[in-house]
Amino acid sequence: MSSYSISIRPFGEDAILIEWPNEVSEAILYDILDFAASFKLGFKDSGNWELVPAYNSLTLINRENKIDFTKTKFLLLECYKNRKAISPPQRYLWKLPVCYDLDFGIDLEEVSTTLGKSIEDTIKAHTHHIYTVYGIGFLPGFMYLGGLPKELETLRKSVPRLQVYKGSVGLAGKQTGIYPQDSPGGWNIIGNCPISLFNVNLENPCFVSVGDQIQFYAITRAEYDLHRIETEVGIYNLDKIKIDA
Amino acid sequence: MLKVIQPGFFTTIQDTGRFGYRDKGVPVCGCMDNYSASMANSLLENDDTDAVMEITMTGPKLEFSTSSFFSITGGEMSPTLNGIPINSYEVHKANEGDVLSFGKLINGFRSYLAVKGGFLTEVKLKSRSFYKPITDKNRIKERMEIPIEKYTEYSPIISHIKPEAWHDKHELIVYKGPEYKLLKDDQLKLLFTNKFTIAKENNRMAYQLEELIGAHSHKMLTSATLPGTVQLTPAGKLIILMRDGQTTGGYPRVLQLATKSIALLSQKKFKDKVSLRPLKH
Repeated sequence: MSSYSISIRPFGEDAILIEWPNEVSEAILYDILDFAASFKLGFKDSGNWELVPAYNSLTLINRENKIDFTKTKFLLLECYKNRKAISPPQRYLWKLPVCYDLDFGIDLEEVSTTLGKSIEDTIKAHTHHIYTVYGIGFLPGFMYLGGLPKELETLRKSVPRLQVYKGSVGLAGKQTGIYPQDSPGGWNIIGNCPISLFNVNLENPCFVSVGDQIQFYAITRAEYDLHRIETEVGIYNLDKIKIDA
Repeated sequence: MLKVIQPGFFTTIQDTGRFGYRDKGVPVCGCMDNYSASMANSLLENDDTDAVMEITMTGPKLEFSTSSFFSITGGEMSPTLNGIPINSYEVHKANEGDVLSFGKLINGFRSYLAVKGGFLTEVKLKSRSFYKPITDKNRIKERMEIPIEKYTEYSPIISHIKPEAWHDKHELIVYKGPEYKLLKDDQLKLLFTNKFTIAKENNRMAYQLEELIGAHSHKMLTSATLPGTVQLTPAGKLIILMRDGQTTGGYPRVLQLATKSIALLSQKKFKDKVSLRPLKH
């Protein structure tokens, strides 16, 4: 098992920040998630800690205030050094439907022109690539997706919209993603995903976890309407594929 | 039930917050001034996790349709019961039909109303704390009926406590944040000698400070943020995240407020002044 040089620092009174080398890499992300898994299994009182992984960091937040930092740092280092090759958490590739109709993809024409592509080619590029979930944050169920090809990099809109609709699929800079709820936003909107990424009535409100992968596929307006109803009634079958470690 | 006759400026139900959903992007939520909220619950011998009403700036007008016992702590908003002034930090009995109102804001910015047994609004993701879209509502509305338990008899162990005068303090205790090293000498000097003014943009998500401390162009990978995290925007503005603040962010986290200073900041409003005092680990 490869080992990185990690830094462990206090983050206020009740949290600890662990950082891996400062780069976007799947190997680092998976090392963080493997460590998080062995922490949950092997660390005394791990149930009192909340773990937030994102890109090259893992933040541990204690439920009760005030932690003994020196002691905890020592234990965490031990935990990292001695972590065994436990079976890492199962990762999934989620296939998410997107309707790229211009009714939804209100910026699709403009973005395609800027990128020097036909609308079809923009859709093809967006659905061809597989994206890795490097973090979930900003809004409940909002995924930070890595792996956007250079050919799809665009500037954010100069004036953000006051309202972007739930499910909107956007492009901005090196990022692509889905707005999990209505919110203001400055991304270029190219389509809409009928599947809810966040369901407050489920024990696990968001089926995606950090480390999973996402691939989009294009659907027609009729399929969109159908999936939307299936989602609302709770009978939509998510298309997922196990990723081998 | 407790009937809302007038909702006040911004009134919500809060408890100690949501634990265990931050990796899905759900803010911790909960009482902004958890210190005062906890006192309101203790006066009634409630559990610390019982939900209270968080009242911001201007209080609501509420009618008890069930007899109950209640207490009010935090910012002083001149409460009255059936038009007669009552003391904060004291246990009061409410009979069916009694009307609780609030008047002038004397100090602080947020009051906490606790009822015996707590407010019994819906539990979503293990907490009753209002936060849209996790809960259906983001604040109480006119004519809403809030479930509470009926109590006719209760003799409190302590009928009142003398509040510590801490709302008027203006010093926030801060730890070094993860990107503290980014701060240059002149910025550090400004941070720790200046007084800062609370900006108009202050709410349960974040408090912005008006004075800028100098621009930067540092880029970092998105990482976790906490209530009390002080972010530095590229323009040099300081944003202090609060209980409904986002769980991750891409701005440098230069400082981190001590827990009790988050409670103190929650009692500050537009144009109030605060200063930052470093505490070494």
